[in-house]
Amino acid sequence: MISPVSENTLLVTLADEVRADLPLKLQYLCQQLRAQNWFWLQDLVPSYTTLLIVYDVDHLDFRQAAAAVRPLIAQCLDHSTSNLPAKAIELPVYYSEESGPDLVGLADACSLTVDEVIAKHTATLYQVYAMGFAPGFGFMGEVDPAIAHPRRETPRQRVPQGSVGIANRQTAVYPVSSPGGWQIIGRCPTRLFDRENLSLLSIGDQVRFYSVGREQYLSLGGTL
Amino acid sequence: MNTEPTGLRVSSPGISATVQDSGRRACRQQGLAAGGALDLHAFNWANKLLDNPTGAACLEIMLGGFRAVAETDITLAVTGAQAPITINGIQSAHWQTLALKAGDELAIGHAESGRIIYLALPGGIDSPEWFGSQSVVPREQIEGLAPIVGGTLLRAKDSVKQVASREVPARFRPDYCEELTLRLLPGYQIGQFSEGDLLRLTTSAYELTQQSDRMGFRLSGPALTEVPPGIISEGIAMGAVQVPGNGQPIILLNDCQTIGGYPKPGVIASVDCHKLTQRLPGQTIRFAFADLVDAQNERRLFNRYFEKTRWKGLTNELEWR
Repeated sequence: MISPVSENTLLVTLADEVRADLPLKLQYLCQQLRAQNWFWLQDLVPSYTTLLIVYDVDHLDFRQAAAAVRPLIAQCLDHSTSNLPAKAIELPVYYSEESGPDLVGLADACSLTVDEVIAKHTATLYQVYAMGFAPGFGFMGEVDPAIAHPRRETPRQRVPQGSVGIANRQTAVYPVSSPGGWQIIGRCPTRLFDRENLSLLSIGDQVRFYSVGREQYLSLGGTL
Repeated sequence: MNTEPTGLRVSSPGISATVQDSGRRACRQQGLAAGGALDLHAFNWANKLLDNPTGAACLEIMLGGFRAVAETDITLAVTGAQAPITINGIQSAHWQTLALKAGDELAIGHAESGRIIYLALPGGIDSPEWFGSQSVVPREQIEGLAPIVGGTLLRAKDSVKQVASREVPARFRPDYCEELTLRLLPGYQIGQFSEGDLLRLTTSAYELTQQSDRMGFRLSGPALTEVPPGIISEGIAMGAVQVPGNGQPIILLNDCQTIGGYPKPGVIASVDCHKLTQRLPGQTIRFAFADLVDAQNERRLFNRYFEKTRWKGLTNELEWR
């Protein structure tokens, strides 16, 4: 479905609900759109089930943009995502009270030990469903229901760079220090965004976290 | 002395001053905001006064309180919010070119009406460009792209340019105190809002709150009472009106997050967003439904006017080329 949104944007909706096959389809659709080199295509914002397309309204209108995009959507929906290579990324996390102020509280709330929470968070192969909130911030899913926990009632004024959080069935790493309401269970020393390489993560990527100790976290460039 | 770039040394940036151009494209899928000048009307006129390319980087000064000293002879242009402008303490005029001699001090006082002042330099401001744009989004903390601090030298890209003395015709200078009706272009989620709430939204006055910045303007007025549940987070268009659970609308602007999950009855026409960004907390606005195609045509005319006109001789009138 293609809907007009504003003077220069339209929204492509691939499905009504979140599905695990959609991030790769969206990634593929973005690649196909970019490969057209349409001078009027200004920006793409994929997210879970949708793709927002920004076009140059000085050169075409909604109908023309929708007509150009429509065949590529059909092609993308038909395309089997099993052939698409997903980028695999491993991220170290120092899970502890000093790096994850909500770790113990989350374990208590879920009636688990801290070690069980860590084991469950590192056991899942996550997929990036959307990018947003801040540069390089990837919304990953799906978190094991046993450790799914809602956001904090009152967001923190400052969540340090690298903080690893859980919000319901999603998990993410804060690429830079910012306000935030996710349950923070640890910290990742890997840079998720920088000036030269931009975002490490993109929609459709697969991510696995692994547990590292304090020393290894610091030697990988982590700060406390 | 002859190779020294023309420029201004900032002594006080005021509350907030950032370099802005027409914004960053093709980076939003990385989570980067588009950024860019909020009020393209005043911004485009500042560049037009100096015959700069459309979209050349200007300084966007919030609420005034700005002071700078010319390091060399330089002609600049100031447009936007009504604020006292002085050169060496002597009252100067607004919406026109200002010729400074080396050592002259430019002071822009606090805005009396309007919010944003644009300061243009010949050829545009020379500052770090990153992915096709010089726009600064402070919360993104990108190295080299930070708000202006005292002591910064603002350099002009074109230091040899001869600039004629110009002023913007009075009919193009907006009254930022005028009551504003924002045209709301209905979106695909409009059907999720109740008729009562849509009637409330389009017949009530909403006040701008203190929580109004480059990310968005929060409004306060008769709350919508049957706010639809959140949606699956999706890409946000500039000017989107989102309604969180408290029923008070938020209008999202250039520095907003790239995706969001609050329901949206629609998007504000971009030309009206420019006007909105000049309004201050306490001022009220209204919403009225409008047609997408009309808004698109108005947008095209706005763009074309600044692209396709030039100053007619040494007059203060523009002609189509």
